[in-house]
Parts: sequence; C-alpha cells; structure tokens
Amino acid sequence: MTEELPLAKALNAGLRKALADDPKVLLMGEDIGPLGGVFRVTEGLQAEFGERRVFDTPLAESGIIGTAIGLAMRGYRPVCEIQFDGFIFPGFNQITSQLAKMTSRHEGRITMPVVIRVPYGGHIGAVEHHQESPEAYFAHTPGLRVVSPSTPNDAYWMIQEVIASNDPVLFFEPKSRYWHRGPVDFRASASPLHSSRVVRTGTEVTLVGHGAMVNVLMQAAELAEQEGTSVEVIDLRSLSPIDYEPILTSVQKTGRLVVASEAPGSVNVSAEIAATITERAFYSLEAPVLRVSSFDTPFPPAKLETVYLPDADRILEAVDRALAY
Amino acid sequence: MVQLLSVDGTLQTDDTAAEYLPYIEALSHDELRQFYRDMVITRRFDLEATNLQRQGQLALWPPSHGQEAAQVGSARAARAQDHLFPSYREHSVGMIRGVDVVDVVRLMRGVTNGGWDPAERGNFHLYTLVLGSQALHATGYAMGITLDGETGTGDPETDRAVMVYFGDGATSQGDVSEALVFAASFNAPEVFFLQNNQWAISVPVSVQSRIPLYQRASGFGMPGIQVDGNDVLASYAATRKNLDEARAGKGPRLIEALTYRIGAHTTSDDPTKYRRDAETASWVAKDPIARYASYLRGRGEGDDFFTAAASEADDFSADLRHRTLELGVPSTDLIFDHVYSEQHPLMDAQKQWLADYEAGLGGTAR
Repeated sequence: MTEELPLAKALNAGLRKALADDPKVLLMGEDIGPLGGVFRVTEGLQAEFGERRVFDTPLAESGIIGTAIGLAMRGYRPVCEIQFDGFIFPGFNQITSQLAKMTSRHEGRITMPVVIRVPYGGHIGAVEHHQESPEAYFAHTPGLRVVSPSTPNDAYWMIQEVIASNDPVLFFEPKSRYWHRGPVDFRASASPLHSSRVVRTGTEVTLVGHGAMVNVLMQAAELAEQEGTSVEVIDLRSLSPIDYEPILTSVQKTGRLVVASEAPGSVNVSAEIAATITERAFYSLEAPVLRVSSFDTPFPPAKLETVYLPDADRILEAVDRALAY
Repeated sequence: MVQLLSVDGTLQTDDTAAEYLPYIEALSHDELRQFYRDMVITRRFDLEATNLQRQGQLALWPPSHGQEAAQVGSARAARAQDHLFPSYREHSVGMIRGVDVVDVVRLMRGVTNGGWDPAERGNFHLYTLVLGSQALHATGYAMGITLDGETGTGDPETDRAVMVYFGDGATSQGDVSEALVFAASFNAPEVFFLQNNQWAISVPVSVQSRIPLYQRASGFGMPGIQVDGNDVLASYAATRKNLDEARAGKGPRLIEALTYRIGAHTTSDDPTKYRRDAETASWVAKDPIARYASYLRGRGEGDDFFTAAASEADDFSADLRHRTLELGVPSTDLIFDHVYSEQHPLMDAQKQWLADYEAGLGGTAR
C-alpha cells in the first residue's frame, strides 16, 4: 500500500503508528496538542490518543528535555518536539550533560529512549533562530544518535525506528521539505536506521548530503547530466553514527567526493566525512574531498538566504573543481 | 520556621510545633535512637573520607558536616516506595536508602561516574554534579508516577512520591525554576527539599535571593515552609507531612531547611578566604548532633548508648577506609561499554583499536 504524502503528514502517520503500537510512547512539547504543532506534524494526535499521551508543556526547552529524562527513567518513551532549530539551545545542557551521559553514568543499568524532534534548516524565509542547522553539536556528543530523513517514506519509517531505539536520538526534520509530497510505502520494512543510501547512480563524482540538501544535490546531478557529467548522489540519513560503506564504495568508483550541508562549514559533519574518506580511501581519490557549506557566519536575514545556502550552482562549481584535478 | 527542638535540645510545644509533634509521637524509641546513630556515623565517615582525600586516596570529597539533621530527618521521613534524587552531598540520605558508602567513595575516587543501581538502593538516584539538573529529572519521574496511577489513591503505604535535594546556590539555576513550573503545572507528587547551607562555595545566600527562599514557592503556586535544618525532628516531621500530602494528590511543595556547611564546599575549597570564624562558630553552637544528644539524654538515654554509637561510627569508618584502599582500577572496557545501550560502530571500532594498541605495547592491556 503506497500513498503520496507530504513529509509532515508522513511524520504524523509514523507518530500515530508509534503511539498506537506502544502505550509507553508519549509526545510532549510546546503547542503540540490542540494546535498540532506550529508545523502541524502532531495534528489530531492529542484528540486521538488523549491528553495523557500527547501533551503541551510549559514553554521551557530545558524543562522539556529534563522531564523527558525523568519520564524515560520511569519507563516511558518520550518524543519531544523542539519548535525550531534555534530554540534547542536552552535545552543544550540537559541534552549533552544529562541525556547523552545517563546510560553511561548508570553503567548500562538504564536506557534513555528519548527522541528529540527538531525542525531545522533554511529555505523558508523566516526570522532569526528559525532556519539554523545545529546538528553537528549533537553529532559531536558521545551518547547521542543523530539522524535526518529527506523523503516522506524515510520520515514515516525513521520516526518509528528512533522511537523504538533505546538510545537518545536527535531527529532533525528538514522543515523546507515538510510540504513536498512523495510516495510512502506503508508495507515495506524499514531500512536500517543508521544506513546511508545511494539515491542516484553515477560514475564520475559522488555527492553526499542529508535532509533538504539531498534535493539540492539531485537538482545538481540533473544539471550535470545535461552537461555530460555522471554524478552519484548519496543520502546520508544518519549523522551519528555515519554509515561510510556506501560512500567508500562510491568513491572507489568515482574517485571524487563533494560533501554538502546547510550548516556553516567549519567543524561540521561534512568535515568529518572528508577526513574519514581521506583516511580510508586515499588511493581511490583523484581529487581532494571538497566541501560545500553555508558561510561561517550567523544565518543572515532571510532576504539573503538564497545567497547563504548552497544551491545547485554552488554544488556544480565544486563538481567542476573536483573534475579539474 | 518549624522547630521542634530548641538549641539546647528541649522539645518545643508552641502552636507551630504542635502541628508537627504527632509525627514525632508516632516514632518508636528505636527509631528515635536510629536518627542519632545515622548522624554520628555520617559525621564520622565524612571525616574519614576527608582524611582519605588529604592522603591522596580520593580526588575530591564534599563534606556534609553540619547538615546531618536535615539529611537524616528528611531521608528517614521518606517511605520505601519513594524516589529520591540527590545533588552530591547527600551521603547520609544514600546510606539510609541502602547505598554502600564505598560506592560514593568510588565516585569521588574516579573509579566510576555513577556508583550504584538506584533500583537496588532504595530508589536513591545517582548524584548529579551539574547543579539543579536533577530537579527536572525528579519532576519528570514524578509525572511518570502520576501517569502510572501509582500515587493519589489515598493509601500512604503504597502511593509514591518523589523528593529532590538541592541547595541554595542551585535555586538560581534555571532548571530549578523550570522544575518548579513543571511540577506545579502537572500537579506532580514531589517535595523540593532545599538545604540552605548559607554558602554556594564562596558566595553567600544573600547573592542568590533577596527573600527567604521558601517564599519563592508561592510564586510557583505551591506551599513552601521553612524548617530548622539543624533539628532532626523538625526535618523529619516536616518532610513526612509534606511527602504524605504530595502522595495524597495535593501537589508539589517546597521545604527550605536552614542549616550550615560547617566544613569546606569540598576538599578543594578554603572557607577562610571568604567567611568569618565568628559566623561558623555561631552555627557550631547550633550543632545538630549535640542538640539531639541533649534531647535523648533528657529522655533518659544513658552513656552506654552514646558510647556504643561512637564505637559503631568508628567501626563503620575503619571499614570504609579499608575497603577504599582495596579499590582497584576499572577495566578499560568501561570507557566504551555503556555509552550506548545498543550496538554502535564507533564503540566497536575504538574498543578494538585500543585492545590492539595495548597488545602491541607488549601486554599492558587490562
């Protein structure tokens, strides 16, 4: 059974399935009840599952994460919604100093099945703090898992997988893709959560990205094809841990790798991939691994976001540089 | 302020005390004696642990000298089904709930970042070193108890409640305010037990708050009371009453126990740099153990009891010293094994790398 759904509706369906499958699953956050979240991802779920399972919290991100930790200690599986990427930082201490270390501190005697859903990224013309890509902070933190779907089908399946995970997971939702439709196969089984995936095959250059960037990479690949360059595209899907095998296999074929992200470039996930591929596939590389990122600045006023965020042309410029070696 | 014992150990009978005295009258002779033994043992092992740190056996020790009555009274007031979330100085609370004090020592020695299994140690959760963070964990836990329907049924023998310990310094942390907000909003069965020991390392409580801290409770929509934290009976009775009210579905409440940190913040601290000897001396004069000893003598307790308690405390601390010196170094597997509860490729790879590396060095791997 396959249905065309926008990514936000696919998430809603995945959350509904998780709530129905396990009475320990709770949804908590700001405005997620009667309103259904500012992006309507939880629309209808409080009406369906009640105020005990799906509830609005006071407006305090540290409070949301900290109480979710206590609920997880009690045996619940809280799914927290952080309203926007830039609002996660008031909860940063509870995520990095408490949530991430709780299982380790307890020497494995307890688990921390907490999911933190974060709408992230640009392309929506919003005001400051509403378009950021903070995923590297969390990918850098031992004890956390970090993933990001790029398609409605992955959104539907991955949200259920992270809720089933006994480790804490940061689930980054590409908010600019919320209303883009795609097929959701309700019968297929889920791919392994922490697997990257080749989404377009090619022979000359490999492009890697995650979330909304995957769509930009696909556009770039189309344009490159028209210019006679064969490009392979890999959807990273998981930022911590990273599944390197599909990237290594691809690079052994193409010899060229461009890693792209919406985040500022310094010390981001792309840097980790570039370093690791250089270490593990040095003799396969025909060119240095190149990165395409936003600039190392705060997210600019929205009228400048199309300049700030990498687009297909910026990807193609890097493809050309890689091919020039 | 709720005070049941005056500084000289006389039982108070004023109207405020009268409300709490029934909780004391319900205690057996043995229970009253146990409070004393708890406090004496705590002060003795606290000194032993401080000495062990001075001798290089511990990285750090946060002494609880002066706060024994607040801790013992509140801990003895909790029921077996309750969950207690400590900060990092509640050694006697842990001991009373069944924690082996050597496990606290292991934490301070650098053998573990945790130390015990709360499920097997009277629901006494792990120490939390980032101030105030545990207040939110306690509140979430209490919210879960409510969801499970394990509170508010009207049976105090089974209804659960949660108590969180924190200090005057931690009241300035946002997490404590957020925990108070969440607890009030969700009517959590929770007691916020605030030990105001007057000093956050070197900063006096006057910098944290311009009003008595218990008065903050009303701003969050819950009752708050102040008790003499150097009075073990007041600490017991007030905690018993408030925990039972919380477990009865009446919502969260805050207790401010006024006490004093006689010693240093930790063994790394030097209180002579920031506070006056006269102030410390004035609190030594209100010592919780001496006060309670006077009370017990007034009830007819003789020298034999006090001598036996001192001897028990000596034996306890000698055993603690002995077992501390026998603690080994943990396996290097501890670095990797519990970072995640499910398989993780980096943990597998790095653990294997370390094993190969140490094997390559010629058998130094543990």
